[in-house]
Amino acid sequence: MSDTVHKTSYSLPIGPIHPAVHEPIRLDLTIDGEEVTAVDVDLGHVHRGIEWIGMNRNNPVQTIYLAERICGICSACHPFAYVLAVEQATGIDVPPRADYIRTIVAEIERIHSHLLWAGVAGHEIGFESVFYYVWNVREKIMDLTEMLTGNRNSKAMYMIGGVRRDFAEEQFAAIREAMAFYKVAFDELKKIFLEDRTIKMRTRGVGILSKEDALRLCVAGPTARASGVPLDVRQDHPYGAYADIGVDAITPDVLTGEVVGDVYDRIVVRLLEIKQSIEIIEAAVSSMPAGPILTEPKIAKLLALLKKAEGESVARVEAPRGENLHYVRLKSGEEPLEAWKVRAPTYANLQAVETILKGGQIADVPIAFASIDPCMSCANRAVVMDNASGTCRVLDGERLHQLSLEKTRRLQAELSGK
Amino acid sequence: MTRLGPDELAQSFEKTLGDAVIGIRKCEREVGVQRHIYVSLWVKIKPQALHDAVLHLCTLEPMPHFSVISSADLGDEIEVCYHFSLCFGQRRSATAIVLKFRLNKSNLAVPTITDLIPGAIFSEREQQEMMGLRVEGIPDDRRLFVSDSFPAGVNPWRRDETGPHDMLHILGGREGIQHE
Repeated sequence: MSDTVHKTSYSLPIGPIHPAVHEPIRLDLTIDGEEVTAVDVDLGHVHRGIEWIGMNRNNPVQTIYLAERICGICSACHPFAYVLAVEQATGIDVPPRADYIRTIVAEIERIHSHLLWAGVAGHEIGFESVFYYVWNVREKIMDLTEMLTGNRNSKAMYMIGGVRRDFAEEQFAAIREAMAFYKVAFDELKKIFLEDRTIKMRTRGVGILSKEDALRLCVAGPTARASGVPLDVRQDHPYGAYADIGVDAITPDVLTGEVVGDVYDRIVVRLLEIKQSIEIIEAAVSSMPAGPILTEPKIAKLLALLKKAEGESVARVEAPRGENLHYVRLKSGEEPLEAWKVRAPTYANLQAVETILKGGQIADVPIAFASIDPCMSCANRAVVMDNASGTCRVLDGERLHQLSLEKTRRLQAELSGK
Repeated sequence: MTRLGPDELAQSFEKTLGDAVIGIRKCEREVGVQRHIYVSLWVKIKPQALHDAVLHLCTLEPMPHFSVISSADLGDEIEVCYHFSLCFGQRRSATAIVLKFRLNKSNLAVPTITDLIPGAIFSEREQQEMMGLRVEGIPDDRRLFVSDSFPAGVNPWRRDETGPHDMLHILGGREGIQHE
């Protein structure tokens, strides 16, 4: 060996392609030993020009279905924000009953999304039993979604001026029963995630995003709230039934008394939001107003009205991952939208990835990145470039997951050895 | 910090920016059974006043929540909207603020606001590649969503000759297949 020591930094790209993911993304990590020293985010691997289609090909009603397909999990919040924006731009009113049905569907989506995430979080740190347990519990909300909307996922409930389907009495009974089930499941989940010492060791102090950084980087949703920023569209600019029900942003200090802004806090916020969603759904079901569900049931008439309309508007909706914004602009005489801008919450939250990962270990990258709830399965493979020798070795998703798993096992062994 | 109502916010803009404010539209919407009113302010400004307007927002609140920049191709001009929300944190407390202005296509330069709002970087990068705006002073001018192999000078959101006309109907492996 030579006498001089060269400090070499490595570049570690993670992603972007995995056949099963909906949000392929590449993270370029620069690493020094085990420590992540810089992060760059590379986006757009499946940019399909959805906004362009809404602006050039579709009529405004077809764009509802397109908005529903922006994201597989957020199939309520995108059409929700879109129809709100069109309604405001054109002055179409919404019957109160539709507002309540929209709210119930959106909260069911949040419970589903947070459960899905909790399962993935368990998987990322090598707790497969937690993963299977949570995804088993999640089945109930999928069944409920199917019973209410006809589909397990793409809900197709939202329409400009209301909703497409009403709920019958037996469906309300099913909602009540499912909420009772989730109250019990919530207590169990809380015990698993908040009292398990290994989960705490793997998540406390990992991936910290300070309140200042969260504000500076304009992050949204649970990622912002876990850093102590009380930002929640349902609270700040309520829409649908939220204005009647009353929602407060959940920050982790309500449970733990402090805000650290780490992965643990993001778990706390999402867990408590499951409970909050149950309460919102129950409140909406118990005070459900009677009446029509759609202002203009005749689609041809609605389309004629929209074609004549001129105006612009912006609507915000609290998606499971945070503030989802749709801007629309309509031009009289033109069917497609003149302009459509969609800002999904992950768009904002990805700006915080560098701050969250910097200074952490490679083995913590999966859980820290997953804690902002993007689609983590895209972190499929990684190539480690050795700048000094010019060689590269391939670190696939399995290996990266293995590193994370080994860290959990090591901590568990240390714990039991004490 | 005192929370300003929508009318006071509108006045503060007129007072601070003076002639640079072209007009302010207050947009009200009733929600839910109790018909609570939710307000958004559309502040139309001269393009050169953008940085001052954002600076003014930052004096009203240390870090206003910035969401995104949207833009529309109107023919000779491009209309750009910066979407903010102020005074969040309590029930029904926030006011949505949109700063909007029009740029002539002969000069599509806007100043960066990332010195005030670092979280605007993704949006500024997106506007550069999608609409062909030129963000002056942008700290990172790489492409964001559009791949490096995408031809230069094509702006996917534009409706004029720089739009993606030649690239339509072509899917990978389907080159040469003509659609009507």
